[in-house]
Amino acid sequence: MAALESAQRIKSKFGDLIAEPLEFRGEITIKTGDAERIVEICEFAKKELGFDYLVDISSIDNYGDDPRWTIVYHLRNLKNGNEIRLKTDVSEEKSKLPSVIGNWKTANWHEREIYDMMGIHFRGHPDLRRILMWEGYPYFPLRKDFPLAGKPSELPGVAFTKPSPMEGGPFVTVAGGNSATTREPRIRIPEPDAVEKK
Amino acid sequence: MVLNMGPSHPATHGVLRIVLELDGEIITKADPDIGYLHRGDEKIAENMTYTQFIPYTDRLDYLAPLANNVAYALAVEKLLGIHDKLPLRCQYIRVMCAELARISAHLLGLGAFAMDMGAVTVFLLSFTEREKIYNMAESLSGARFTTSYTRIGGVMRDLPPGWLDQCRKFCDEFIPALNEFETLLTRNRIWVDRVRNLAVISKEDAIDYGLSGPNLRGSGIEYDLRKNQPYLCYKDLEFDIPTGSVGDCYDRYLVRMEEMRQSTRILEQCIKKIPGGADNKTNEPVNVDNGKILLPPKEKVMTKMEELIHQFMLVTEGMNCPPGEIYFGHENPKGELGFYINSKGGGVPYRLKIRSPSFVNLSIIPKIFVGTMISDTVAILGSLDFVMGECDR
Repeated sequence: MAALESAQRIKSKFGDLIAEPLEFRGEITIKTGDAERIVEICEFAKKELGFDYLVDISSIDNYGDDPRWTIVYHLRNLKNGNEIRLKTDVSEEKSKLPSVIGNWKTANWHEREIYDMMGIHFRGHPDLRRILMWEGYPYFPLRKDFPLAGKPSELPGVAFTKPSPMEGGPFVTVAGGNSATTREPRIRIPEPDAVEKK
Repeated sequence: MVLNMGPSHPATHGVLRIVLELDGEIITKADPDIGYLHRGDEKIAENMTYTQFIPYTDRLDYLAPLANNVAYALAVEKLLGIHDKLPLRCQYIRVMCAELARISAHLLGLGAFAMDMGAVTVFLLSFTEREKIYNMAESLSGARFTTSYTRIGGVMRDLPPGWLDQCRKFCDEFIPALNEFETLLTRNRIWVDRVRNLAVISKEDAIDYGLSGPNLRGSGIEYDLRKNQPYLCYKDLEFDIPTGSVGDCYDRYLVRMEEMRQSTRILEQCIKKIPGGADNKTNEPVNVDNGKILLPPKEKVMTKMEELIHQFMLVTEGMNCPPGEIYFGHENPKGELGFYINSKGGGVPYRLKIRSPSFVNLSIIPKIFVGTMISDTVAILGSLDFVMGECDR
């Protein structure tokens, strides 16, 4: 399959930097160990292999594992429809990696959103500021240790900024819990800081 | 001069705030400020089973809820490995839902676009047609709007009696109504003057900024997920992909108008070809026959042990998805709605990312607003056709 060929070409060009391509449900995933070289890999993918369309950049919080962050790039070749997924890990102490905005301008807003939600910095981004939350919001909401109910914060000018009143409702869960019962004890209201590790 | 086109503005299609820097009437810088409708859907998804998340998908692109439902169901089914093994009747029903959602969303998009420019009649005409689609959605799922119609592995229930006739009647009445809108707008001198050669998006920009859907096709790139990465039964249906040539607002308007005609064409084919016909006399299955994925029928749950266990496990823990990750992109009316699901096994996703078309389409605003006049902002926003519910999630 052509996507697998492209993955093999990336592996043969960058050698030990890239792990063996994995296939799941017809999709090819390649993982790179060094987040600093991601721009080179993306440039190769775009210029040599024709992956001119960046579909999405996602971020995953591997809470409890080191490295904590995984950034996932979905690349697509518009001419033949091949898709490939490129993953890279970033440790929590560093929380920085170079921006791929030089290759695809659409990375601009995706990286801003990842910064906003997870707190990962992108070096070389022209305008890295919060996009969905307001400027000056102190937390990074999509992290696993941020509770679903939210934390109190200052909202410029307007009313309600306390954690949402769950009242023991069905969403009183502890983020990161490993089964339905540990996640959802319907009677108790957990403290915002109580997180269960796997 | 700095002008704030605030979140509460009749022409910004929802809560979008744009900070404009002006030189007289010409815009020199535009900075969109989004996030006023951010509800934390991705965080919520990490706490709910896959089936519990379906009503949240209705509220993403709230103008075409059936399309979002289909997109999400297909994404989770891809994770399970059954998205190409659905029963044929289920596939046809989902295609019809997606195309009705497409017509509904385009009607509202074009109606709002025209109304913002002053042509209020078009808005009211398009809403008359949308009312028929709402009535069909109501008889199909019980809700006019937030339908939550699909389930993982099938649909909520089979087509109600008389629904296909309703659909056929809608298709017959829709084409003359669409012709009426065309006479009002397409060759209208004022419309063409306002909208032609405005905000031209070149092919390179469209690809670079990640546009999708009618915005990408308006710029001349022939990429439609229904044709290039076919899913459901689109391979068996005949339809064309309208593509623009210039990439201006007029092209995007024309692409949307033509897409509605093509959707009607698809609907008519589905009505003829659906296995089982209108009343499903041959009892074609509508759901995947797997008690581990979809709730078994209630008669069996109340009498048999195995089905009782399946019902219990599905409701409390959710269906057991294999560990792994998938991405599924669906051709929504606004563009490509993608779900990236990273699962560590079990019934709850570890990470669900929603790749929303409106979020990506809006990112081109700082580029295309520069050099246009303030009165053009309304036209450009209307032609981009975004929905803040989807953009902010």
